Amino acid sequence: MLKKLTPHQDMSGAEIKIKDAVFPSPFETGLEFSAPARGPWNIVHTGMLIPESHQIFACARGCLRGVILTAAEMNAMNRMSWVSLEENDLFSGKMESDLEESCAHILEQMPGKPKAVLLFISCVHLFAGFDFTIVLEHLQERFPQIDFIDCYMHPTMRKSGLTPDQLMRQQLFAPLKPLPENKTAVAILGNDRPADPESFLCNTLKNNGLQLYDITLCKDYEEYRKIGESSLMIATYPPAKAGAEHLAKRMNRKFFYFPISYSYAENAGNQKKLIDLLGLPSVDPEEQIKKAEEALANAKSVIGDMAIEIDYTSTPRPLGLARLLLEHGFNVKRVYADVFIGEEKEDFEYLKANFPELILTATVHVKMRFSGKGIRTEEPILAIGQKAAYFSGTGKFVNIVAGGGAHGFEGIVRMCEWMIEAFQNEKNTPEVIKLKGLGCESCLL
Amino acid sequence: MKQTARIISIYASDTAGVCSMLYELGGMTIVHDASGCNSTYSTHDEPRWYQHDSMIYISALTETDAILGNDARLVDDIVRAAEEMKPRFLALCGSPMPMMIGTDFDALATELEQKTGLPVFGLHTNGMNSYLNGASQALCAYLKRFCIEVPKEKKSVNIIGATPLDFSLNGSVGSIRSWLKDNGYQVVSCMAMGSSPEEISRAGKASVNLVISSCGLAAAEYLKKRFGAPWVSGVPYGKSFSAQLLNALELAEKTGICQSPHAARTGTKKVAVVGESVTASSFAAALETDCGLSVRVLCPQALQPSILADCDSLIDCEDSMAAAFAEADVVFADPLFEPVCPRGTIFIRHPHEAFSGRCFSGEIRNFVCRELKREMFSL
Repeated sequence: MLKKLTPHQDMSGAEIKIKDAVFPSPFETGLEFSAPARGPWNIVHTGMLIPESHQIFACARGCLRGVILTAAEMNAMNRMSWVSLEENDLFSGKMESDLEESCAHILEQMPGKPKAVLLFISCVHLFAGFDFTIVLEHLQERFPQIDFIDCYMHPTMRKSGLTPDQLMRQQLFAPLKPLPENKTAVAILGNDRPADPESFLCNTLKNNGLQLYDITLCKDYEEYRKIGESSLMIATYPPAKAGAEHLAKRMNRKFFYFPISYSYAENAGNQKKLIDLLGLPSVDPEEQIKKAEEALANAKSVIGDMAIEIDYTSTPRPLGLARLLLEHGFNVKRVYADVFIGEEKEDFEYLKANFPELILTATVHVKMRFSGKGIRTEEPILAIGQKAAYFSGTGKFVNIVAGGGAHGFEGIVRMCEWMIEAFQNEKNTPEVIKLKGLGCESCLL
Repeated sequence: MKQTARIISIYASDTAGVCSMLYELGGMTIVHDASGCNSTYSTHDEPRWYQHDSMIYISALTETDAILGNDARLVDDIVRAAEEMKPRFLALCGSPMPMMIGTDFDALATELEQKTGLPVFGLHTNGMNSYLNGASQALCAYLKRFCIEVPKEKKSVNIIGATPLDFSLNGSVGSIRSWLKDNGYQVVSCMAMGSSPEEISRAGKASVNLVISSCGLAAAEYLKKRFGAPWVSGVPYGKSFSAQLLNALELAEKTGICQSPHAARTGTKKVAVVGESVTASSFAAALETDCGLSVRVLCPQALQPSILADCDSLIDCEDSMAAAFAEADVVFADPLFEPVCPRGTIFIRHPHEAFSGRCFSGEIRNFVCRELKREMFSL
């Protein structure tokens, strides 16, 4: 008795040509659908980056379910505990003391104490006027050997100030204390996966004898704490920018934002700024541009005119990537995003003027429940990103999230390699995209 | 300590129960929530996502809406979506924030019904209760609205309380259907897996109802009150217990008295089964009758403890579960309970999707009408 109850193929309202779209939110808001593409990291995955840490979530059962099973699927239940919030708790007047006692109970039961505890509260706590500070202070007094980190799972506030993702990437470094500044140490902050060691950024640091700190590479808590000696703090991933800047300011260190970009001019400009900040001799990007051009030409010769669709989970700059590919003759048909970050404004305006037929498609619109799974597969599609793969129903897709660790000119070369690989090797899309937190361990494999 | 767990998982919530029960019925279910309920449900609680389309959405509640009590946006969004998607009905349920701000789901349902002309259910969930509660509410609301008057037929039955949260997609529900048909019963409907809305609307035709999980109990009570058909709770696990269950169906139809044959156990603390009350209790009965084990049920959540045996226990926290495990020689439980099982107690993996989601769904075995033997569990 498996059947499609109400098929919908009229996508008006869920898609728009860029020439008719407004920046940064091309679509009317409304009820939301969630596509089953689970590669993007959530706050549990990000929090697990702190070595030797433990997470405790205090929230309602419905909210706990998602985070607990995130940990379960990444075989990390030994690093996850919870305190469920029930209706009576909201009116008991004991929310703070109850949470303190529950956390203490959990920690007392643990055979080995964690170095840090990420304690998450939820929207309801904030609306109830919960005094988080007093709970953290008391826990710190009771467990002085543990660093307690205030963390938040508060999606109700996702449009007010920092998003939960941005805040998580900020709190990821909350326990760090300023160590004596090491002029030869540089930190890349807030990314999910190690920066590409072949990137200009990493190569420059390595070739000039600089120490690179990256939380994704920290083996233990002691190494993590050494991030505090960095003289320069760099963010490359937009949701990490606010947190990295905050940390640099708190520690009175230099901050540099070197974002993932597909613009030659922007990458060249940022390379120069980095070189200047480090006091190194200037580098001509001509050779890098040549390699990027060769990679793009090679990818075009392989992929030809196959339609390409890009989604916002694959890269924070889907419009920038679309622009680069369109400028190099690729047949980019569609970009999936519900909203664009401010950094994409220039590319949006450029595409609007030069490629007005480019289609923008929402991912959360109610009609998107019935998109994908082969409905629009009249022509073969190469997708970049899991949501583009799901909605287009293709098995040819670049399986990355958050830029995939690629960066700068070398990131463009890497993207071309990934596109060729995706073109040549079809994937079982539902099986691949169902895995949570791309790159994390999974019990489903 | 209550409401606290160091290492085990948590059962699915009431909102997931609502979505799961209504998934195949052609309506639009809206969880009034900021974000997260939808992805958690579709990722961990709903294995039918690719095989069967359904309209499950969230309202995308914002801080501003919550502070200002802006229900108008919610209503407008639902009306617009309903006009575009043409669902058979609307079901609206709540997460913690709407409870916090006192959202009146009954009033919203009335308003939406007036504006859309569709049947609308306002369900009282808050993301803090068990999936059983949500599924139970949803099914009752659906039946009250859609059941029509039909003549009763002898030896006809509804299967009530089927969701993948308790039965996965391992063929168990199909096997229950086959077992009933093989024993001369006409299956009127299965609520709510594999039956059309039209079939469910004719539920009153059944002469008896088979409740296969506790989320079906309230619906069965409703059908008994409205149509007079008694219910029998139990899942036909094993060889001997399925025969007992069949006898109970016949007895109930004959006498009009409801039956719970799985509760007729005198288990000891030495063997324990953990799970939802009807399924776990039926499995315990099957182990007892097929394997000669004396089994008690440890039930982390129960809608009606009265259908459990005297030897069974309600266990409401990790510490109590660990203590109960320590008293047992053998424990059958979801693998995510294993970390609190002491050494020396034999732990037999018995996955339950409502607890561990899709982590071990491939391991969930179909025990319907299958003779249980100790060797199957290395005992």
